Amino acid sequence: MMELIGIPPQALFGQLMLGLINGSFYAMLSLGLAVIFGLLNVINFAHGAQYMLGAFVAWMLLNWLGIPYWGALVIAPILVAATGLVIERVFLRRLHDLDHLYGLLLTFGLALIFEGVMRSQFGAAGMPYGNPLPGGVNLGFMYLPWYRGWIIVASLAICLATWFVIERTKLGAYLRAATERPEIVQSFGIDVPRMITLTYAFGVGLAALAGVLAAPAYQVSPNMGSNLIIVVFAVVVIGGMGSIMGAIVTGFGLGVIEGLTKVFYPEASNTVIFVIMALVLMVRPAGLFGAAK
Amino acid sequence: MPETLLKVSDLHGWYGESHILHGMNFEVRKGELVTLLGRNGAGKTTTLKAIMGLLRQRKGSVAFDGTETISMAPHKIARLGVALCPEERGIFSALTVRENLHLPPVLREGGMTEAEIDTLFPRLKERWGNSGAKLSGGEQQMLAIARILRTGATLVLLDEPTEGLAPVIVQQIRDALLELKRRGLTVLLVEQNFRFASTVADRHYVVEHGQVVDHMTSDEIAANTERLEAFLGV
Ligand SMILES: Nc1ncnc2c1ncn2[C@@H]1O[C@H](COP(=O)(O)OP(=O)(O)OP(=O)(O)O)[C@@H](O)[C@H]1O
Ligand SMILES: [Mg+2]
Repeated sequence: MMELIGIPPQALFGQLMLGLINGSFYAMLSLGLAVIFGLLNVINFAHGAQYMLGAFVAWMLLNWLGIPYWGALVIAPILVAATGLVIERVFLRRLHDLDHLYGLLLTFGLALIFEGVMRSQFGAAGMPYGNPLPGGVNLGFMYLPWYRGWIIVASLAICLATWFVIERTKLGAYLRAATERPEIVQSFGIDVPRMITLTYAFGVGLAALAGVLAAPAYQVSPNMGSNLIIVVFAVVVIGGMGSIMGAIVTGFGLGVIEGLTKVFYPEASNTVIFVIMALVLMVRPAGLFGAAK
Repeated sequence: MPETLLKVSDLHGWYGESHILHGMNFEVRKGELVTLLGRNGAGKTTTLKAIMGLLRQRKGSVAFDGTETISMAPHKIARLGVALCPEERGIFSALTVRENLHLPPVLREGGMTEAEIDTLFPRLKERWGNSGAKLSGGEQQMLAIARILRTGATLVLLDEPTEGLAPVIVQQIRDALLELKRRGLTVLLVEQNFRFASTVADRHYVVEHGQVVDHMTSDEIAANTERLEAFLGV
């Protein structure tokens, strides 16, 4: 087959797809971070650890209880979201009136605890999780493994559904309004404290869901989240905290840019996102889609 | 005489360390329009926030329709039928005019229908799809009043609705207030402009340093103009 700009199409499309897959995880995680930050004013540093917990819970469900992937896809996010419920009620609520920094420190501490516990129980090496969708299809210009296709489709669906609920429904209108002026929304008779708890749990559940999706694609390991979350924070800075669609577009877009960099200039592939972050911070400190607060 | 709807007794309020309300005492009867007059910083807004439950540090008694609300959360107080129209209007810029209007859930029967709101504030309808941020000050005030009228609240707390508005718009707000009164709503209105207040309200409480220091009916305002001017520093 023809070569494009001196690159074999298999390699180009292969990297493009890996980029889209990474972008799927960037998008799902930055979406949750943005929703949590919007309503709680908390930079949820535990987000990566909660993604990791999602993968571990899926692994435990499979190996200890025999619950397969498709069951874990539903159960694991609910279980991890329940821990989010407790974290918000017990800890974050008390920090609500304080500076951002306290929430960040608390969730950073929680992340260290979650990772430490998992490392001591399961070791640092990482454990495999069987692929629930083996095989694939040859598209002519590239080979598409089913599971990779599923990750992209599932995360797109999750992101768009979240966007729809937030931007187009009554529930989402409460959320957007409470992000701006929580006390006014509460004075309308809406139980804003409960909404805050549920929103945190939702964001955490979203991270866990991404973790379950990631389990068959990567190793299930205690540091899988901390490796990813640094890049996700850069994605959030680039996209800006203000916009849901912004988080989705930036997540997928940066995944693709990173993938293409691997093809054309592999030396820069680990740093390209941080270079973009630095440039964006200079030109638009509030991020590409963020409104200056 | 109609029965008391709101009774505030020995209400104290704090922001952190600063003690702002020093034992407020007043009451509003069903169907009345009562104002709190007082100069800047007297504690009028703080009083409304305390009644709505938004001022967390508060003590004393606020009885609404016989129910003690001093330790209730704001959303519970709202569900009893209390609504607040805040000083800054509180229109959400992330929402359209329509979404803003429909945001507060209808909590009880007797709220205005959309058609009635359109008749009361025809200007709003023309700006239905705009972002809340694009409204003029007067339109924002109308929207802020309109959206709580849908909910069926029986006590409406209005914080300086005419502040910074042109005379024509003030006229429209006045008409709206009279319409609320005609419909039997009870209104607690915060105002600095007592001349405006005397044209809509039944009675007035003068607030100074977080206490009620005087009380008069609208008929008595004319006779007390000088004293009021001294109180309000106008
Ligand atoms: N969030 C706050 N934190 C600390 N102090 C506050 C806060 N809000 C108001 N105050 C103080 O409380 C006092 C009463 O304020 P309040 O807003 O109730 O006055 P007001 O009568 O409504 O005045 P205005 O006519 O200017 O609206 C003022 O001294 C003000 O500085
Ligand atoms: Mg005020």
